[in-house]
Amino acid sequence: MRWGVITFPGSNDDAQTAYVLERLLGETVVRLWHKDASVDGLDCIVLPGGFSYGDYLRCGAVARFSPIMLAVERFAREGGIVLGICNGFQILCEAGLLPGALIRNRELDFLCRRVHVRVEDADTAFTNRCRRGDVLDLPVKHGEGCYVADEATLRSLEAGRQIVLRYTDAEGRVTPEANPNGSLGAIAGVRNARGNVFGLMPHPEHACEWLVGGEDGRKIFLSVIASGSGVVDVSAAPTSSKVLSGP
Amino acid sequence: MRVTVETALAHGLTAQEYERIESTLGRAPTIEELGVFSVMWSEHCSYKSSRAYLRGLPTTGPRVLQGPGENAGALDVGDGFAVVFKIESHNHPSFVEPFQGAATGVGGILRDIFTMGARPIANLNSLRFGSIDHPRTAFLVRGVVAGIGHYGNCIGVPTVGGEVAFDPGYDHNILVNAFTLGVVRADRIFRARATGVGNPVMYVGSRTGRDGIHGASLLASAEFDAESERKRPTVQVGDPFTEKLLLEACLELMAPEMSHHLVAIQDMGAAGLTSSSTEMASRGGTGIDLDLSCVPLREAGVTPYEILLSESQERMLLVVHRGSEDAVKAVFDKWDLEAAVIGRVTDTRRLRCTFEGRVVVDVPIAPLTDEAPVYERPAAEPQGGEESAKLKLTDLAEPADYNQTLLRLLESPNLCSREWVYRQYDSYVGGGTVVRPGSDAAVVRLPGSDKAIAMTVDCNSRLCLVDPYVGAVSAVAEAARNLAASGAEPIGVTNCLNFGSPEKPEVMWQFQQAVAGLRDACLAFGTPVISGNVSFYNETEGRSIPPTPVIGMVGLLEDASRHVTQWFKSEGDAVVLLGRNREELGSSEYLAVIHHQVRGGVPWIDLETERRLIRTVVEAAREGLLRSAHDVAEGGLAVALAECCIASETTAPLGARIELEGGFRPDALLFGESQARMIVSVRRRHLTRLREIARREEVPIAVIGEVRGQRLEIGDFVGIDVATLGEAWRTALAGMLAGSGGS
Repeated sequence: MRWGVITFPGSNDDAQTAYVLERLLGETVVRLWHKDASVDGLDCIVLPGGFSYGDYLRCGAVARFSPIMLAVERFAREGGIVLGICNGFQILCEAGLLPGALIRNRELDFLCRRVHVRVEDADTAFTNRCRRGDVLDLPVKHGEGCYVADEATLRSLEAGRQIVLRYTDAEGRVTPEANPNGSLGAIAGVRNARGNVFGLMPHPEHACEWLVGGEDGRKIFLSVIASGSGVVDVSAAPTSSKVLSGP
Repeated sequence: MRVTVETALAHGLTAQEYERIESTLGRAPTIEELGVFSVMWSEHCSYKSSRAYLRGLPTTGPRVLQGPGENAGALDVGDGFAVVFKIESHNHPSFVEPFQGAATGVGGILRDIFTMGARPIANLNSLRFGSIDHPRTAFLVRGVVAGIGHYGNCIGVPTVGGEVAFDPGYDHNILVNAFTLGVVRADRIFRARATGVGNPVMYVGSRTGRDGIHGASLLASAEFDAESERKRPTVQVGDPFTEKLLLEACLELMAPEMSHHLVAIQDMGAAGLTSSSTEMASRGGTGIDLDLSCVPLREAGVTPYEILLSESQERMLLVVHRGSEDAVKAVFDKWDLEAAVIGRVTDTRRLRCTFEGRVVVDVPIAPLTDEAPVYERPAAEPQGGEESAKLKLTDLAEPADYNQTLLRLLESPNLCSREWVYRQYDSYVGGGTVVRPGSDAAVVRLPGSDKAIAMTVDCNSRLCLVDPYVGAVSAVAEAARNLAASGAEPIGVTNCLNFGSPEKPEVMWQFQQAVAGLRDACLAFGTPVISGNVSFYNETEGRSIPPTPVIGMVGLLEDASRHVTQWFKSEGDAVVLLGRNREELGSSEYLAVIHHQVRGGVPWIDLETERRLIRTVVEAAREGLLRSAHDVAEGGLAVALAECCIASETTAPLGARIELEGGFRPDALLFGESQARMIVSVRRRHLTRLREIARREEVPIAVIGEVRGQRLEIGDFVGIDVATLGEAWRTALAGMLAGSGGS
């Protein structure tokens, strides 16, 4: 596959994401600059973690106006696969490509620790190499990772199977302690209705090698590779698995 | 404005120093020149009280590519790579304004590293606060930790380790020492020597504002008094986002395809434009002409005096080749940063500054740098310490309940878990962190190689107060043990020497003793001191801090996958004590926490014994024998064993059954802080080989128990569930910070 990894001013995990894709997974990576106007010829765009524009305003609120975001929006509209990690997730929410918003953590402080996330739906372009109910061990590192949305949005996310990952304990149980930031519904990752745009707060790119952070993160990237290049649309797919009830 | 001796005194200079300026210039200085002299001759920039003593430190060795004297030191680590590292204090600003003080401390040390062409891959910090009960402590801890996190997280350099200590001796003077390590190709280290007469001098980065005037230089060169709170406006304000852009732009300029444009580069840190220009000219044996009217400004009306002395952050001074101006500017344009030609290299060996066509500074370089005042300050051993140092063990009641004693120690401010601190730091970014905070030393992979670098920062100020020589030796020894416990061989040292006023003979005595200890220990371990920083005047209203020579030590693992952590790994592994227990309790955490006493001298220490222990552990790690390794330090054997048992992020909790032979008081056996000891765990079948190595090095070795179950049991004294130990240890710090006053 041909991946595009965007560098916004203040992106910090861009190099790591490119390293994982190129060196560990043997993929082709094009490094994109925030002032680029085109993402032509690519199969998946990654918006990496970091502090775009310093995140002095709301996280992601400035980056969404970067020139490249117009191209990303067009790419997503055409069904291209878009993956937003941490700050990338925040930017996708600000840009309206994903529902909801990410606000200050429940405990207010920046938080860096390992979390467990349960795969709520393995029928997506981002989790097809997992089984539903699998628990992944991934790091989080963010100050504003508390996922919020209004009641109606949350209901439609549940109904549309758009909640892809939830924070749980190691056994896959949703508990208050396992939720690191106070996210509603313990939501750690969501997709859009069409299924081609996915954002998550945990960092799969920091869990792709045994020596540094474990290997559970590979499953996310391998799923995208397995889903193949081209247009993804799960909204039309038959509902084979039951929707898991919320916490 | 006419300059007089009174103006000089107000700038922190002495009357003699002012006379020296007049005789150097043959006239009265302009106000701008006085400003230049005052910052360059400040303690912070000139090292005028410490320079004479520091000359005795070992600074050479086969790995040393750059010793003290540049922005940071560099060591060869093989495979064509070098590591560049340094530790620096930001004590005074952090007490006045904890968040920005600590944040800009991190920003400053990062610039020192990437100025050398190295990409920073790890931050550590050594923090000392007052008593946890002091009303200001919680406020300071929160501010400092948030500031460090803010800067490091945002710029994208992982904070991978450090130390936090509490002691009433720091109630009015906290210590914030920041360490950064970077990696560079060994043949691509950049230096700050302004050469090539006629070459343009370029200013890049943030615009200059009025912040931080006399900040790092003067604030850090005088003690605190009742007025110090008012100095808050002199604390600089950090912008990690701009520094991230500056970092990327500078490294882009220093990449092979662009670096032929660049002659020299230096961070504008303490004393800003003044020190960066004079130091670059001094090293290059040249002079510099600056047109201050060309400096990019944040607002109109900034005076030449302010331009020269501003400590606005995130700025760099470059010397580039003639004709390269546009190419250099293009790189900074890409990153939306300012870049302006503000001067030229000359052959005058003078700093000459004009502003709107008028000459405001014209002074020779040498008196500002190499020929700056050096003081051999009198040193005298403090009197009256001997009586209070005595400790008769028979006067101490033995604990009735060792379980309770161990729990109280694990919950105490200096021994409890630092998780509340380090979870606020991004320790993953960069993708190289092999051992995250919480174990003896941090380990970070060397990009593009199988090797890894281990790092630690250490000091035990209680020992340093009783005996600064032994304290400094033990700080180096503990640092070396921490590296060995991670499997790394110690290769070099940086130091941050935090002391009171050098004008006091007893402080200079402490300084002299600590430097001697540092020298002897570094010689013994073969670890040259390649960079460092001295922070004097850590005192308030006449009371100085305990002498605190903080050691940053770096080690090398040839094979990153052979790293070791402190936590027990598997049931059935043998628990082994390397080194000898001694009946000592002097200056221990146990004495302070349980008996509320600070006395009893310092533990026995012997550098040859330490060296043999380090060699044993490093060799055993290299052969893959060690399942875990942990230094026995504050809190003694019992606390060290508890720390081996408690769960980490990646390992489950495991108990142990331990039997100790002592033949002396059980509290000294369990909680004494004898040096040169480590606890390792190994598979049974590896015991023979471990014994062989220990015997060869003449290191005492004893199997003291087995990893087993979910309880820590030590003889008949201790028997507690590991979960109970872990809970007490893990939650204590957050509880104490929430419980103690502060805002």
